Amino acid sequence: MSDMGQAFVLALQLIAALDAELLEIIARSFAVSLAAVAIAAAIGLPAGAALAVYRFPGRRAVIVLVNALMGLPPVFVGLLIYLFLSRAGPLGFLGLLFTPTAMIIAQAVLVTPIIVAICHRLTRDLYEEYRDQLCSFGARPYQAVRTVLWDARVSLVTAVMAGFGRATAEVGAVLIVGGNIAGLTRVMTTTIALETSKGNLALALALGLILVLTAIGVNAVAMSLGGVSAYRRG
Amino acid sequence: MSILPLSLDKVSFRAGDRALLDGISLTIESGPKTVILGANGAGKSLLLRICHGLLGPSGGEVRWAEGTTRQYERQAMVFQKPVMLRRSVAANVAYGLKLRKIEAGERARRVADALRRTGLTDFADQPARLLSGGEQQRLALARIWALEPEILFLDEPTANLDPGATRAVEEIVSGIHDSGAKIVMTTHDIGQARRFADEVIFLHRGRVAERAGADTFFSRPSTEEAAAYLRGDLLW
Repeated sequence: MSDMGQAFVLALQLIAALDAELLEIIARSFAVSLAAVAIAAAIGLPAGAALAVYRFPGRRAVIVLVNALMGLPPVFVGLLIYLFLSRAGPLGFLGLLFTPTAMIIAQAVLVTPIIVAICHRLTRDLYEEYRDQLCSFGARPYQAVRTVLWDARVSLVTAVMAGFGRATAEVGAVLIVGGNIAGLTRVMTTTIALETSKGNLALALALGLILVLTAIGVNAVAMSLGGVSAYRRG
Repeated sequence: MSILPLSLDKVSFRAGDRALLDGISLTIESGPKTVILGANGAGKSLLLRICHGLLGPSGGEVRWAEGTTRQYERQAMVFQKPVMLRRSVAANVAYGLKLRKIEAGERARRVADALRRTGLTDFADQPARLLSGGEQQRLALARIWALEPEILFLDEPTANLDPGATRAVEEIVSGIHDSGAKIVMTTHDIGQARRFADEVIFLHRGRVAERAGADTFFSRPSTEEAAAYLRGDLLW
């Protein structure tokens, strides 16, 4: 059998056997990315809706900047956060470098602009429709922000899921700030990078398959929610 | 203390060089159902939006009764195309009440009342955006009835509706009037103005051409423009 075929079979065996190392890495990956996305959503959703509702000087510049930040190179974000968290850096006293917390920070920084930008687009269109009615009701801008967030909630789930997809698939930033330490900061993507370079294709491939399955699962959920929202909009 | 009368003093609105409203001075008192009649482009919607406060005038002044506050909470507006919040019918009615911090028990009572009066009780839990056009406009009125405004502006509320739905809307608006609200409605539909108006403000090219009691206006209009509009002549 070819190398690839062999690796594939071994990978499936690892998954089927619920290999302890594999499960530990998957669990850490999800824990880190879920925490990062929770932070990014807590910041990004109100910020995106506020950009749709409030009118202030420099608003367009902020929108351009946020859209640009969606394409932030993860390696560069990792480097910046590394500099901040390293012993000599301004936040070095926290001792966070090479911990899962550092990885959560890095992913949150990468994902927040994505959630802000998608949320802004979704709530902008809704607010366009609602504006006169909400003004007529006497809603204050902060109340309008709450209203559009609530009424767009189903489609906003897709924004959060896009962020989760980006977070789980990202390698560069978490590799730099996490250090890929076995049993501590090793996640799916960094393990794939390491095991591939060591020639341990089975574990790498098994994790790759899990990542793909995660992506498919997230998209399937997002799509079925989209169907529900299409119905509810009439 | 009522926020009425509403006074407009030489109100104008310009878009570039064009004066869409020009020197409008009006006093709107509580009481009769006022219909603002005029052709498309006469400035009816614009005038209503300025009265309601959605737009500021380019010149002149809009004043509510002296010594009153929070006027924006005590007036309401119905739009030609109702904007339905992506929520249930009942939640659409509750929304404005929540903004005004009406406590939950009172809120539930007012929501139920408003839905009953507008015949929407059976739809309470449905998504508002799945209602038909006529039902949506009734819901827009239910939302406002629950708020118990002192004055209600309606911007061609039946322009997109069939005769049955139009009649339902007119009946509900009359009900709101009977419960004590001042009604100011725009229309270009002479038949509707005849059915509905106690007094008519006839708007022509951004000016008030004539204002009169409905009987007088329809039987003996005092301006050539109003007479021509009532005859169905084209005015431009």
